[in-house]
Amino acid sequence: MENPNAKAQRHRQLRSNNIDPIKQMRENHPSTNSEDDQRSSLLDLARAEITESSNSKTRTYGGFPDPGSGSGPSEPQAPFPDQVLENVLENVLHFLSSRRDRNAASLVCRSWYRAEALTRSELFIGNCYALSPTRATTRFTRIKSVTVKGKPRFADFDLMPPDWGAHFTPWASALAQAYPWLEKLHLKRMIVTDADLTLLADSFPDFRELVLVCCDGFGTPGLGAVAAKCRYRSHLYSSNKLLLLRVLELVESVVEAVGDEEVDWISCFPDSQTNMESLVFDCIECPINFEALDSLVARSPRLKKLRLNQFVSMAQLHRLLLRAPQLTHLGTGSFSANDPGGVGELVQDYTTAFEACRSLVCLSGFREIWADYLPTIYPVCANLTSLNLSYADVNAHQLKPVIRHCHKLQIFWVLDSICDEGLQAVAATCKDLRELRVFPVDAREGTEGPVSEVGFEAISQGCRKLESILYFCQRMTNAAVVAMSKNCPDLVVFRLCIIGRYRPDPVTQEPMDEGFGAIVMNCKKLTRLAVSGLLTDRAFEYIGRYGKLVRTLSVAFAGDTDMGLKYVLEGCPNLQKLEIRDSPFGDGALRSGLHHYYNMRFLWMSTCKLTRQACQEVAQALPNLVLEVINNSEENAGDDIEVLYMYRSLDGPRDDAPIFVNILH
Amino acid sequence: MLGKEHGLNLKETELCLGLPGGGGSGGGGGGGGSEVETPRATGKRGFSETVDLKLNLQAKEDLNENLKNASKEKTLKDPTKPPAKAQVVGWPPVRSYRKNMMTQKVNTEEGAEKTTSSTASGAFVKVSMDGAPYLRKVDLTMYKSYKELSDALAKMFSSFTMDNYGAQGMIDFMNESKLMDLLNSSEYVPTYEDKDGDWMLVGDVPWEMFVESCKRLRIMKGSEAIGLAPRAMEKCKSRS
Repeated sequence: MENPNAKAQRHRQLRSNNIDPIKQMRENHPSTNSEDDQRSSLLDLARAEITESSNSKTRTYGGFPDPGSGSGPSEPQAPFPDQVLENVLENVLHFLSSRRDRNAASLVCRSWYRAEALTRSELFIGNCYALSPTRATTRFTRIKSVTVKGKPRFADFDLMPPDWGAHFTPWASALAQAYPWLEKLHLKRMIVTDADLTLLADSFPDFRELVLVCCDGFGTPGLGAVAAKCRYRSHLYSSNKLLLLRVLELVESVVEAVGDEEVDWISCFPDSQTNMESLVFDCIECPINFEALDSLVARSPRLKKLRLNQFVSMAQLHRLLLRAPQLTHLGTGSFSANDPGGVGELVQDYTTAFEACRSLVCLSGFREIWADYLPTIYPVCANLTSLNLSYADVNAHQLKPVIRHCHKLQIFWVLDSICDEGLQAVAATCKDLRELRVFPVDAREGTEGPVSEVGFEAISQGCRKLESILYFCQRMTNAAVVAMSKNCPDLVVFRLCIIGRYRPDPVTQEPMDEGFGAIVMNCKKLTRLAVSGLLTDRAFEYIGRYGKLVRTLSVAFAGDTDMGLKYVLEGCPNLQKLEIRDSPFGDGALRSGLHHYYNMRFLWMSTCKLTRQACQEVAQALPNLVLEVINNSEENAGDDIEVLYMYRSLDGPRDDAPIFVNILH
Repeated sequence: MLGKEHGLNLKETELCLGLPGGGGSGGGGGGGGSEVETPRATGKRGFSETVDLKLNLQAKEDLNENLKNASKEKTLKDPTKPPAKAQVVGWPPVRSYRKNMMTQKVNTEEGAEKTTSSTASGAFVKVSMDGAPYLRKVDLTMYKSYKELSDALAKMFSSFTMDNYGAQGMIDFMNESKLMDLLNSSEYVPTYEDKDGDWMLVGDVPWEMFVESCKRLRIMKGSEAIGLAPRAMEKCKSRS
């Protein structure tokens, strides 16, 4: 870790530079900005990074650290205009917010690279193992917001042992040292410990926003630390102390108490008024102190998002609604009563409370729904843009009176318990629907399910603006998929999961190739695709030929030969994330992607036909790739590998890999 | 489903290959492969996995016929029926978080009677070990005896060894002195919280009863579990 004094000195040097960086750059590192070279220039930049940072560390005397040459003392004084140019550049770059634009800007030349690094305030790390925390904090010195993602998505489905990695701890310490002004932290699929959370709470006096998605490893003690310590900062001209924390969101994270230690974290918030805007804890599997919560809501006038866990009853929800009618996003908690007595009169009270919430646009929760309570939400339906019923097994009959009012609905998550009939009702009303997710109540392979191509087709007819769909079903026809490809040309995300593996079209007995082919052909904006059902290499031929914008592809139990994967690797230039399981793709296919692997975030292949030999070859051919081979059973000591998880890394393989992970090099 | 209709109980003959360091909830999958060779409707040979211990019990022709007669088969929506087809690990891709939510709902709705429903939807319990940083979850219905459970736990937690468990793979409750030796040692013993909220030593009741009543597991040092011994002995005696 770099000495803070050396770093400060380097910063001062950057401000008063003695060298004409552009001249230097032209001599040492010609700009490679042509479009074709854009990808390899990324790697050149990485190498240049290595040279620069190693230089700056060995500098002991004054003088501008030599950008690329790695030798010699400082150059003669540069003319004044270049300094002005750099200042102007920094000011302009401040306005660039999209990280893709910033990445492009940083490739223009060394001067732009530096200016961009100084002006970037949001750091996005898509794979925590793609680089060391130090590299990130060295390049970007003024970061206020950090996002880090860890495990690959297939880890969610138990395809990887839970202690594989993605520990946040090394990042926590690096960030604590480098960015004391940090305000926001978003983590996804990382292992976060209570100690990490405590470190965060102690290290960042300006901290405002913590979002943990699909994380685990922490419990209520860590939350208590965050609630308690992200607190005081004296207002400049008054003695008021403010709670700076604004956002605390736990989304689908596993929160358990290890060793029976549970902390009443809600009570850890300070007693004074808070700045809380968003409090999301619907995934917490412990009861909470309701009185403390009630009081917290009462003293949080800015609260807009509140998502309760299933330990909050309907009656308690009612009290909270009366406290906070200004809510825009509500997770209702259990939405059921502790005892069924006296339901009738209360329904009216609850309805009145909902009626007062005129700003409510997003509703979720319903964890243990009592269908009798559904009518209480009628008053807010007309304003809803997002409704998540995916934890409530509601049938069509119960859904219809609700959905009938939801004209503005754009996002709808639901269980297949509503059946095709329920989907038809959705299609009839929700003309503005953009995103639909239909989850299965019963996830076992069967022949009949409550939803099918009938509901699917209804949706495609009624919801022409659809952009994103996730649909679990037991049966689907090519015709319905083709119809959707034509009716919904704006589709960006298409994920169809036919639960029965290798299922052909039940009407024609054909593979599902034509359906998925139509999707990639007709949906010109498609960036994410998940396929299922009986699929031959033909489906992949279509994807390779037409899926030019596809960035994420999920494949399971599909394809016939290596050609399938070859089509994709050779045809999809924007492919970033490829996850494949149980498909007959082997070494030949793996080799066909060598030209592209440095451009990808990762490749996952499990239970395919890869051999260790071929993986070794790839590891040798591409030294900046990390190939993790995970074998799941002691029996399988042979050449066949079970799981390959492959990703690019600027800092070589990680040092925290458990014994069952074999890293090839 | 398919297996059941041909009079085969795939679950019984299935041999589990657990994931190292975890995967109790996916123990039955054996690496998530397709354990049955499935022919295609187009007649092409499907991808067949040759993993040593998998038993290919399904005849090619039978499956072909079943695919064609798909519409004639009955709906299997009744959650109390156990799945006749062995579950593939991680398929369909529903997140464990969501699966567990739905499992809990199914169990709650069916009330106290858990015999068949827990077999169908799994009996997930949390497992913690003193000193280990992570909790695990295991599906008790994946195992048929204490020995299997102990094997799985040993895989998950490397400090937990089986030396004191004898041939049966469980503590010998009948031998009081042996029991007290174990509890005085620094060896780890598995304990569980039962339906009444009491913490008991694992192995004091018949396996099936254990699956019914176990709410969570905790592996602790023998010396810490010593407080449980008197109660364990009492409950044991009152049951026999």
